[in-house]
Amino acid sequence: MKNTFIGAPMERREDLRFLRGRGEYVDDIRLEGLLHAVILRSPVGHGRIASLDTAAALKCPGVHAVISAKDMPGSVPIIPMRLQPLPEFKPYEQPVLAHDKVRYVGEPVAVVLAESVALGEDALEAIRLDIEPLPAIADCTTAAQNRSLLFETTATNCSLVFHARKGDADAAFRDAPYTRREHFSTGRHYGLTMEPRGVMAQWDAEKERLTIFGAAKVPFFNRRILAKQIGLPETAIDMIENDVGGGYGARGEFYPEDFLIPFAARYIKRPVKWIEDRRENLMAMNHAREASAEIEIACARDGTILALRGDIHNDMGAYMRTNGAVGARNVCQFLAGPYRVPHVKLDSHLWMTNKTPVGTYRGPGRFESNFFLERLIDMVSPDLGIDRVDFRRRNLVTQAEQPYPIAHVQPTDAKDQYDSGEYRAAFDHCLKEIGWDEKVKLCGQLIDGRYHGLGISCFIEGGAAGPRETARLEVNDDGTFSVYLGTTSVGQGVETIFAQIAADALEVPIDRIRHVYHGSTHYVSDGYGAYHSRSTVMGGSALLDATKNLHAAIRAAAAKRLGCDVSTISISEDKISSADGRSFLLRELAGLSAEGVFNNHHHTYSYGSHAAHVAVDPKLGQIEIIDYVVVQDVGRAVNPLTLRGQVIGAVVQGLGGACLEHLQYDDDGQFLTGSLADYLLPTASDFPTLRCVITEDYPSPNNPLGAKGAGEGGIIAAGGALANAVAHALAPFGAQPRTLPLTPSKVWELVMSRNAP
Amino acid sequence: MQVRFEVNGCEVEVAVEPRLTLADCLRHHLRLTGTHVGCEHGVCGACTVLVDGKAVRSCLMLAVQADGGKVVTVEGLSQDEGLTPLQASFRKHHALQCGFCTPGMITTAHALLTAEPDCDADRVREVLSGNLCRCTGYVSIVEAVLDARAAYKGSGS
Amino acid sequence: MKMPPFDYACPATLPEALALLSAHDGDAKLLAGGQSLVPVLAFRLAAPKLLIDLRKLTDLRTINITPGGISLGAMVRWCDIECDGRLCTAHPLLVAAVAHVAHYQIRNRGTVGGSIAHADPAAEMPGIAVTCEAEIVAASKAGTRIIKAGDFFQGALTTALEADEIIVEIRLPAWPAGRRWGFQEFARRRGDFALAAAALFYDRDASGKAANAHVGVIGVADRPLRLSSVEAVLNGTSIDAATIAQAEAATSAAINPDSDIHASGAYRKALAGTMVERALKMAVE
Repeated sequence: MKNTFIGAPMERREDLRFLRGRGEYVDDIRLEGLLHAVILRSPVGHGRIASLDTAAALKCPGVHAVISAKDMPGSVPIIPMRLQPLPEFKPYEQPVLAHDKVRYVGEPVAVVLAESVALGEDALEAIRLDIEPLPAIADCTTAAQNRSLLFETTATNCSLVFHARKGDADAAFRDAPYTRREHFSTGRHYGLTMEPRGVMAQWDAEKERLTIFGAAKVPFFNRRILAKQIGLPETAIDMIENDVGGGYGARGEFYPEDFLIPFAARYIKRPVKWIEDRRENLMAMNHAREASAEIEIACARDGTILALRGDIHNDMGAYMRTNGAVGARNVCQFLAGPYRVPHVKLDSHLWMTNKTPVGTYRGPGRFESNFFLERLIDMVSPDLGIDRVDFRRRNLVTQAEQPYPIAHVQPTDAKDQYDSGEYRAAFDHCLKEIGWDEKVKLCGQLIDGRYHGLGISCFIEGGAAGPRETARLEVNDDGTFSVYLGTTSVGQGVETIFAQIAADALEVPIDRIRHVYHGSTHYVSDGYGAYHSRSTVMGGSALLDATKNLHAAIRAAAAKRLGCDVSTISISEDKISSADGRSFLLRELAGLSAEGVFNNHHHTYSYGSHAAHVAVDPKLGQIEIIDYVVVQDVGRAVNPLTLRGQVIGAVVQGLGGACLEHLQYDDDGQFLTGSLADYLLPTASDFPTLRCVITEDYPSPNNPLGAKGAGEGGIIAAGGALANAVAHALAPFGAQPRTLPLTPSKVWELVMSRNAP
Repeated sequence: MQVRFEVNGCEVEVAVEPRLTLADCLRHHLRLTGTHVGCEHGVCGACTVLVDGKAVRSCLMLAVQADGGKVVTVEGLSQDEGLTPLQASFRKHHALQCGFCTPGMITTAHALLTAEPDCDADRVREVLSGNLCRCTGYVSIVEAVLDARAAYKGSGS
Repeated sequence: MKMPPFDYACPATLPEALALLSAHDGDAKLLAGGQSLVPVLAFRLAAPKLLIDLRKLTDLRTINITPGGISLGAMVRWCDIECDGRLCTAHPLLVAAVAHVAHYQIRNRGTVGGSIAHADPAAEMPGIAVTCEAEIVAASKAGTRIIKAGDFFQGALTTALEADEIIVEIRLPAWPAGRRWGFQEFARRRGDFALAAAALFYDRDASGKAANAHVGVIGVADRPLRLSSVEAVLNGTSIDAATIAQAEAATSAAINPDSDIHASGAYRKALAGTMVERALKMAVE
């Protein structure tokens, strides 16, 4: 039976519980004897802790303990880096609790354990925390002066510089007939999740086992860190993944609370639950995206790009987090985007500042670099007298050049190449979808009091990070199958997608895939998780391997049972038969299971373009999106319904970062955007007109599914497309947006900086 | 304090502190965890329930204010078997991903469609602009609500 | 973000409520719709000893329209105003402004009295009250007094209301047929507090020129402002393009807004002028 569940827009299994309010997120789970943790966080951006007096708090009603650094046996554990764990970063890593200094508003200082969250918060007010303020490092420029150091053991606030190199950029610039240098910046924002974070820990003193609820993203890796920090073998710790209310890169990295709560459970010998509130989440979940760039481009007179050179300055916040270097590395490695750039010399500086630490957010470093380059292209093409569409078409990498090698990044020795794709095809498709040829003449025209503009931006999206993933298949006692995955759910629909892949590979009706289990560490021997758009490719490919192994195991068991040769066994849905017609039902092999693994060192590169048609009110500074199209080639779509959801959802996040969302601090490192009235998320009214077209023209040669990770492309080019559209709308004013977010106030300033003729 | 009210058609009585929100009362005292808490300051809408037929932010109501009232949560808008037309429309249009905002979307949409089964896309967007979603980008949610209008039109408002 | 502890009372009558309020000598807060108060408590920006819930005072939830004017009981909710068809003709400016208040769920609970008492500088209702010369009726154990809207709002979140007073009614003067009016608001997103808004109206004298102009701006100072200099530009003129441009300029000249995380002062200054300009264009049509 040849199935075609892969490629079908199947409705999701997960929906059945979510729609009825029967999802099980970590705060929905109760344990007997639970105590609630409430965290005392630094109210100051930079300072020395003079004293911490918890005596009064301990006397508050319902309080069982107050844990601070002095309660840790030995030194306060430090959170190591998971990705790019370079020795240079070591001095900048974060202790799980502040003990001598505080370095950002929101940094954990103590943990109160109480009968209820409310009583815990009452007790927080009784804690006396005295901090001697130190001069705050509020931005990269101040950090670079190195007058005030965040870490006294270091000589600089720059934790590292990444160097992206290809060819000989200096020579190319020397000989180039045309160069242009510009500066740009993107504002700080983050992957806010609708469900804030939460951790619940239970310590079984008898069995000496620790169970952690609320795991997400990379539970196997987090278990490894926790085991070392808390002094237990990994096998004594179970990380349970419950339902997860969004990830986007921000949830699921190892945060201080991921140590503090398990530590508290062992300390107090009762289960402990911590649920982050929104005020905390804004100041404690990983920030992202704040970068400024000084970049120059060298071109031939015909518009061929010769070289890119420049510096990017990343505002890293106060500590190097588990994956904090990824964005800064990506921003220089991928600045060239989907374009052919033979010579690259880009330095990406990581500056530590008194702000919430930075981690990855969907399309890390790629959103920023796309904005920088796409704006630059739109500035450069008129200089050369070349249409911006022709300029792009001339420089987009072609399928004939694939695999196309990109800049090499040191340290980390990151070498990469794009896998497959005719980027111009997606580009042309996108132009056609938005009606570019008919509508481009509207650029700069004033219609009904608003200026119209069209913008375009092209992206590549790296996916399928290795090194490997694991999946397990098991026969159930009714002959159905259960799938166990080492990758995790962050809401993308893994229970449905993997059922589709399994049903196709096993050649059974989809309802014979009874359940897909994901994330928790007791399901498979090892796992890597969900990040870098890897779940479908890595988990799916591992599942295909598991299927092969399970079929082999079934045949071997059947051959033994029926006393015949393995090659004579045939499997048809739930019946196993030998050549001579003897058979038995699959359910009789209940419990039989097989693991599969997929090893991969080749990223996939999904690609495409965004086009935006905007109308800008010059007096309000309001940007209305009249039409917005994304065309994205994903190689192979497992579920087009959920894939469309990923693209549209990502676009709205991108547009949020382009014009609404902005985490702000004052010069003293005081956090200013402490509520959802200050940090503005897109709502249903803001971007009603969005369309996407998914194509499958160029499967990836790098995995058996031919799929490419595709969850981030929708966000990557949103800033570039929107800003370019605004620039063309406000061309009569000579407006050149160089900064995101493009708020009404900022847009108005662009208009006012030069008056219309 | 003792509070008595009706939840999803059942009379309940709970002993609560005055400062306990209706959201926390539903979730932790009545174990109806379908209502979610996303911000606790009345912006995100994940906590939306119906009180005396009107969609309200349960994080902005004290449990004691519900005394004598009729509360309906997402669980009360569900069937034991299968999905309601509104839920089925959400599923068909992939109007949810992580599911966290979904109960608030369902209760708000139900209130809107009950009162205004002829609402148009602009009205749906206006009403839903008080419910934040981070996953879907809203397009599929609006499609799902519009598609569900047919099921509410027969009910004679 | 759990609230600090407090006691709770739900009096059945206004005298009971007033007695409780005065007995607590400034340490009690009134709970109307809760849409402004509860977030304040959730952020622990206030810690009252007692919350006095006004929900049983159903007399305060009436809308009376007489030839003398419109009386809104303090507990009238936004959804009540939306649903009262009479108000479309009885006070179209009020209806237009209320359409911008917050979101669907908040409008089912939030009250007129609550908004007036909270006095957010970017809220619509205080702006309407000031523009229309509303009277705020406040009751206390000593009796009732009438406070003119122009005297009521004293600063951001600060009003002339005493600690032992409860707003019971907001009175808007009668709205004559033939009155021209306009309301314009610009916010970052639908339902957000205004970056700036303008509420205005004028009548016409025997020769058809504008008279009795009232122009108010919201969100550009620590309280809503009535701009007499702009009213002077309008009165005695026929509102043509030149007058509108003058009024816009006069608006910007009359105010000095601060910068904040959402917008610069210069932007708000210009924006308020644009709001007046567009409100006038709306009025003229």
